[in-house]
Amino acid sequence: MSDHPNRRDFLKTVGTVGATGIAAAVGAESPADAQAQTAAKAAPAAAPVSHAYTFLTAPEAAFIEAAVDRLIPADDLTPGGTDCGVATFIDRQLAGAWGSGDRMYMQGPWDKGVPTQGYQSPLTPAEYFRAGIAATNAYCRKTLQKEFDRLTADQQVKVLQDMEQGRAALEGVPTQEFFNLLLQTAMQGFFADPVYGGNRDKVAWKMIGFPGVIAIYSEHIKTYRNKKYDVEPKSILDLS
Amino acid sequence: MATRLKEVDIVIVGLGWTGGILAKELSEAGMRVVALERGGMRATNPDFAIPLIRDELKYAVRNALMQNPARDTLTFRHSPSERSLPMRQLGSFLPGEGLGGAGVHWNGVTWRWTGIDHALRSHYEHRYGKAFIPSDMPVQDWPMTYAELEPYYDRFERTAGVSGKAGNVRGVKQDGGNFFEQPRDREYPLPALENSYSQMLFRDATLQAGYHPFPRPCANASRAYTNPDGSRLGACVYCGHCERFGCEANAKGSPHITVIPKAMAQPTFELRTHSWVTKVLLDSTKKKAIGVAYTDVATGQEYEQPASIVALCAYAINNVHLMLLSGIGTPYDPVAQKGIVGRNYCYQPGGGGVTLFFEDKIFNPFMASGAFGVALDDFHASDQFDRTAMGAVGGATIAVGQSNGRPIGYRPVPSGTPRWGAEWKKATAKWYLRAMNIGVTASNMPNRYNAYDLDPTYKNVFGQPLLRLTYNFLENDRKVVGYVAQKAAEIARSMKPASMSNPGTLGDYNIVPYQSTHNTGGAIMGASPKDSAVNRYLQSWDVPNVFVVGASAFPHNSAYNPTGPVGALAYWTADAIKTKFRKRPGLLT
Repeated sequence: MSDHPNRRDFLKTVGTVGATGIAAAVGAESPADAQAQTAAKAAPAAAPVSHAYTFLTAPEAAFIEAAVDRLIPADDLTPGGTDCGVATFIDRQLAGAWGSGDRMYMQGPWDKGVPTQGYQSPLTPAEYFRAGIAATNAYCRKTLQKEFDRLTADQQVKVLQDMEQGRAALEGVPTQEFFNLLLQTAMQGFFADPVYGGNRDKVAWKMIGFPGVIAIYSEHIKTYRNKKYDVEPKSILDLS
Repeated sequence: MATRLKEVDIVIVGLGWTGGILAKELSEAGMRVVALERGGMRATNPDFAIPLIRDELKYAVRNALMQNPARDTLTFRHSPSERSLPMRQLGSFLPGEGLGGAGVHWNGVTWRWTGIDHALRSHYEHRYGKAFIPSDMPVQDWPMTYAELEPYYDRFERTAGVSGKAGNVRGVKQDGGNFFEQPRDREYPLPALENSYSQMLFRDATLQAGYHPFPRPCANASRAYTNPDGSRLGACVYCGHCERFGCEANAKGSPHITVIPKAMAQPTFELRTHSWVTKVLLDSTKKKAIGVAYTDVATGQEYEQPASIVALCAYAINNVHLMLLSGIGTPYDPVAQKGIVGRNYCYQPGGGGVTLFFEDKIFNPFMASGAFGVALDDFHASDQFDRTAMGAVGGATIAVGQSNGRPIGYRPVPSGTPRWGAEWKKATAKWYLRAMNIGVTASNMPNRYNAYDLDPTYKNVFGQPLLRLTYNFLENDRKVVGYVAQKAAEIARSMKPASMSNPGTLGDYNIVPYQSTHNTGGAIMGASPKDSAVNRYLQSWDVPNVFVVGASAFPHNSAYNPTGPVGALAYWTADAIKTKFRKRPGLLT
């Protein structure tokens, strides 16, 4: 399989080219690659996706873009994660209060504990992401001789599955915990109000039929029993 | 150095439902009342205005209205042999902070507890024999009967604008209400809300099966309502942003739109926000409280507020924490089984619910109210339900609500679906509108090892020990959940879904995923200081001018939400202070 052109290489040469454009530039050799190709077709022509990040470094952004495109692949339902703004969402969350450990008890001493005791890392969520990305890339280099974003889409899917199932062991980072945090944050970005940078054009809400934030159903609760409520969703962004 | 302030008649710690009720009742009776609230001010407008209040990420995921664990949290372990570690992020439960407390962000389910709950040990010993109650399960009767508390339940339902349908008015059964409820003096203040399609299907199926479905009582106003105090509530608009949010329509019975503004209209009432009480101050005998110490968290200034009476009206967990930090009562030791304060911590085992998927039905899960629902009490309040087959104390309610159809948190897919990728996406798109859930809410009986004490290692921002929680679900809980989950699954199968999830089972307690904010016990009420921290007026046996109000007083947890009796007990305690303690301070009998 030929190498994917890589976001970092493109950044060096052409600046802000989207991951979808990159994917379209390579031949599809597998189902996941085909999905990546579909991304190019499904991506809206107007309103280019921002690839400007304030927390993520270029290699980290390349990782997150590739990861969210595998977690939320492009298909006829929505564009891929990056084109839905999910990487942007994650960057902003990591740069903001949540990433900095807001509303978390951060005092020691530290002990691993058991999973039912919850998050016990001394790292803030932003630091945890940073460590998790580095450890995943180290794992990919060791096992596949390339960093995560340079793997084929199929290889990326396999790495993520191995992390999810605990088959891959990252050095220094609890693998399944990091995967779960990555997945959870990606899903938040996909489904949260577009005001946070993800769920671009309310694609995720349109996909499932969630009408958004006006939500006055005093009459509809009676008139829409067993009946689809088809409306253009409205977001905080639309109403502000 | 703390600044000593002018003495008042009563200082109230925490201004949610219980603090708000005491503040209103006692300031209207002419007492000088100061309320200390650790969080900030809040008002429906602008704090809960559309569109910003419809922000699932901010309110439901990042917990904007809740306590901040960075300042104070608790540590947790399953058993005394394990190392307790801090709950570093909120998860399993969500104590509120700020004016109105959890009364702002609750869903509004408002039960009166059963006759069995009020006389738990007596009932089981009489019906099943003493040996039926395991020796490590310290269940006990409430120190007042249902009949004694009935007028106070009624009072709270009137205040909060509860919608429902009576099942028993003065002993006369009523069609459509809860067949198994205790007698009520009168109908609910408001008729039940409309039903969702899922609730209608459930009602039909359960009637067919011979059960007794009824509208779940709920403090979401089914129409505009003015309560007996003149507070005005709007009608619920079924917005689906109830629990964890404030209500922009003022349709959710909440203290910040009812009792608190009434207290604030009294010249003898004063509210201080951002005021964090660190300790109840006792005199040298340790038998009398002289006031409280608090820190203004906005300035860092420390104060002493002297008062003739101290009322702990914080969240149930924090009431117990303050008692232990202040040396009120004897701390409980689960190994020696000595002491009182901290024992009988209970929670709410879930896990018995089932999700149903239909190819041909549309449920619109976003059209939702916090508490509306169709419920069954056949496996809980019903004395006809023989617990012998289940082999356990307690029971569970089964209900179909429809309250949280928001897309970050609610994305049902059939079991076996991957959590991400193309297949996950297709399933999510297909089933979001086409799934419904039958919930099972189980009671929780106390166990000698399920308890609070002070953590030996971890501290809060004031340098005080965190509370330590030792807790797990036990055999009795697994039997209850397992038994009633099968009943729920039978109902589900009769509804003929295309597929359904497997009947739930109960594993170990996990403090990470949200389950309920139904933490009870720790400062339990009873008839004797030998087995309780507070008496029937929620008055400390050890320091009689301290009242400890809230679910901390429950000796066990019912298969119901706690707020109904929490509100009733607050009115009951306020009455006792007004009519008894004021005339003759000291231990009430």
